[in-house]
Amino acid sequence: MSEWETVVGLEVHCELATASKLFCGCRNAFGDEPNTNVCPVCLGLPGSLPVLNRGAVELAMRLGLALGCEVRPSTFHRKNYFYPDMPKDYQISQYDEPINVDGVIELPDGTRIGVERAHLEEDTGKSTHVGGGGRIHEADRSLVDYNRAGVPLVEIVSRPDLRSAEQAKAYVNELRAVLLATGASDARMEEGSMRVDANVSVRPAGSSTFGTRCEVKNLNSTRSLARAIDYETRRQIELLTDGEPVVQQTRHWDEADGRTHPLRSKEEAFDYRYFPEPDLVALAPLEEWQAAVAEALPLLPAARRRRLADVTGAGIASVAVVVERGLDHLVLAAMEAGGDAGRLMVHAEHDLAGTTGALDVDAFAGLTRMEADGALTATQAKAVLAELVANGGDPQAVAAALGYEALSGDVLAEAVDAAVAANPGAWDRFLAGDTKVTGFFVGQVMKATAGKADGKAVTALLRQRAAG
Amino acid sequence: MSDAVPPSTSLPAVEIAAAVRRGERSAVEVLEEHLAVIHEREHEIHAFNLLMDDHARVAAAHVDRQVAAGHDPGPLAGVPVALKDNLCTSGVPTTCSSRILEGWCPPYDATVVARLRMAGAILIGKTNLDEFAMGSSTEHSAFGPTRNPHDPARVPGGSSGGSAAAVAAGFAPLALGSDTGGSIRQPASLCGVVGVKPTYGRVSRYGLVAFASSLDQIGPLAPTVADAAAALEVIAGHDPLDSTSVPEPAPELLARLGEGVEGLRVGVVAELMGEGIAPDVRRRVEAAADALAEAGAKVDDATVPAATYGLSAYYLIAPAEASSNLARYDGVRYGLRVDAPTTAAMNTATRTAGFGAEVKRRIMLGTYALSAGYYDAYYGKAQKVRTLIIRDFAAAYESFDLLLSPVSPTTAFPLGAKAADPLTMYLSDVCTIPSNLAGDPSVSVPFGTGDDGLAIGVQVLAPALAEATMLRAAAVLEDAVAGNHPGGRR
Repeated sequence: MSEWETVVGLEVHCELATASKLFCGCRNAFGDEPNTNVCPVCLGLPGSLPVLNRGAVELAMRLGLALGCEVRPSTFHRKNYFYPDMPKDYQISQYDEPINVDGVIELPDGTRIGVERAHLEEDTGKSTHVGGGGRIHEADRSLVDYNRAGVPLVEIVSRPDLRSAEQAKAYVNELRAVLLATGASDARMEEGSMRVDANVSVRPAGSSTFGTRCEVKNLNSTRSLARAIDYETRRQIELLTDGEPVVQQTRHWDEADGRTHPLRSKEEAFDYRYFPEPDLVALAPLEEWQAAVAEALPLLPAARRRRLADVTGAGIASVAVVVERGLDHLVLAAMEAGGDAGRLMVHAEHDLAGTTGALDVDAFAGLTRMEADGALTATQAKAVLAELVANGGDPQAVAAALGYEALSGDVLAEAVDAAVAANPGAWDRFLAGDTKVTGFFVGQVMKATAGKADGKAVTALLRQRAAG
Repeated sequence: MSDAVPPSTSLPAVEIAAAVRRGERSAVEVLEEHLAVIHEREHEIHAFNLLMDDHARVAAAHVDRQVAAGHDPGPLAGVPVALKDNLCTSGVPTTCSSRILEGWCPPYDATVVARLRMAGAILIGKTNLDEFAMGSSTEHSAFGPTRNPHDPARVPGGSSGGSAAAVAAGFAPLALGSDTGGSIRQPASLCGVVGVKPTYGRVSRYGLVAFASSLDQIGPLAPTVADAAAALEVIAGHDPLDSTSVPEPAPELLARLGEGVEGLRVGVVAELMGEGIAPDVRRRVEAAADALAEAGAKVDDATVPAATYGLSAYYLIAPAEASSNLARYDGVRYGLRVDAPTTAAMNTATRTAGFGAEVKRRIMLGTYALSAGYYDAYYGKAQKVRTLIIRDFAAAYESFDLLLSPVSPTTAFPLGAKAADPLTMYLSDVCTIPSNLAGDPSVSVPFGTGDDGLAIGVQVLAPALAEATMLRAAAVLEDAVAGNHPGGRR
């Protein structure tokens, strides 16, 4: 398979976290009683007209600017097709003039994935098929909930820059982080507020042209996204290896059998008969508005990663984990408060996976300072940190309560002296440069101090003695 | 006020409102007098799909109570108003003269309906129209045709034929219609009443059941120019519920009607005076030009070359938008549903049974015009023609303040004369369509009769938002045809 390259482009639909819908004042909320958040406009009653929600435009711009897009004057079109969960039997969507174009998503490993566009459109209602196994063709009845009809969506279309399932997953995770950071969406795949379709094709490695693609739908998690891309890659390679063509079609991912199944071919695709929406006017956000939105943008994940790496000197992997957990602010604040960068990062990466609970900045900083001073061993520090997270408090007091009475420098020095004096043979070997006896001396000192000594501090003292 | 008082049915709307506001007439009496005329002739004319007499009696009594309590019910106090049945009325069926909306009651009022209520008007009924406003004779109604009150063997024009007939028959001194390609002005011309198509965006479309959204505009039909002006002052003005509504407040019209046309430059549109226009119609337009000249206007020939292509462009753009606007009548949520085994089959069965032949024809035309591979050749090209028409009008308005043309190529034609031939029917709108494509205002004002003794209206066209100037000219023509001294009104 190594001679083939996977090419993936993603289309991600996200519900914007506005208070009201895209073209009316109805509540935008998930999980309410069916058909309670509806009005003549979002039900598409005869005579009703859409009025664009300013808040949705602002969130779309915020996302666009966060993705480095150019915000442009834009228009809306009608996408015409019959479907019972679509009240007007057309969807109002941006088409050839989208609000955001030409952005980029930077993955944690630094790979830059192009974003072709991020445009505004309205969501449809939701159908439920009752009886006959829940499939539309066998159902006894179909019920439609129009609460979701008219909820604002942004569709973020990537360029075909992704080269693996893992990369596609990383892209979705990064996009979700940007959506959350900007407050544009709550980006929950399981609730359907974030939906991903994947365009997958394969080509001989090194080729500069694209193979025939298939669009895969019904991807309800990043895990199914990755599985579906891997499946689709294998399927297409097998076809091509057997001399069969890949047919351009839309395919449905079946989570249960782990395969994709054809939905419709290119020839069966709908003719959406797009034309400019005459009920809306062109959208041209003023420069000042754009500038204000850009000004108010929070620092985004990629920039936060760069900042954390610069300040702490930590590696890509650690930095990515800490930023993904949103712990970079805590680490930076604790550094300001005098904490030890390396130890702060180690704890943030390994010991604070769940919650930071009652831990405060000064306590976190103080803890790593105690470690750095040799007052706590790494193991002890972990226990103290767990206690700080659970109940808060001062690290010195917690350490004392746990019996980690810090050894004063004198006591430690005495213990080291005693160990050297008691083992002259070993000391001679240490002086001769045999580093293997270091562990022996540390063990002796540990024993003498009931485990309260810090291994690194003992080693340092041994070296000091040898040198002077 | 004594026995010499004329019945309110012989009065224009502004006089009824003035009398009701002064407490000289009761709104209830005014209403009953109009209902009496309706009961006398409606069986013959069929102007209404639905009479709202119970609602109207309650509203009229309320107006009378307001006056009695010393409150002003508003500028249209006690004026009975007939509404085209494509305007949404809360809790009152709105059918668009289509089977497909069977049983549907809107849960809300159109903005114009709400504004009429606020102004003290009494809504007396919903008037007949060509189904979904598609037609020029009111014969394409699922509920049967409306007849012309001046000659019941003839059509009233359309699609606002019910509204025009209601005003002409004295059923109401005011009516609202909608105009997509001439649907207010052409029936106004054929019924001998005044009909105004305002600037696109001047009147909110919220609650007007859409035919072709970029062309639709609501306007008044009335016995006099002043009545139409009074109605327009009430219904015009920005509406936040319609994104295409212009930001300007309602214009001042009534107070300026008497300003005359002295010094105004008026152009007769050469392209709309040629082939296909009946000689008697052409002569009335020429007479109107003379009357305006006599009143002090500078009259000359004008040219709007692209207007020639208006009809062709219109019959691509309007059906294209209609094919999309009418998609929602699918049997899922409201109106007619014809059951079938699958959703798609139910959609098809419902639409097959619910729409009439003309509506189906236009849905098919529009669907075709928007189809992949045909869009550029049809819809795209039509939009370019539209741009040319806008440009040509703008050029004409550099030399002229107003333009003049026929409204309808002929006087009212007999029922059935054109119903079987869509193309001939479409030609009825050749003179009215250009202002819809341009988005500019125009008015049909009665200006005498043809060789057959039937009413002929002439069209005054104006640049966007120039309704006040346009209606000043209409008032001059109204005075001239009434034999009043030309040169302005007192």
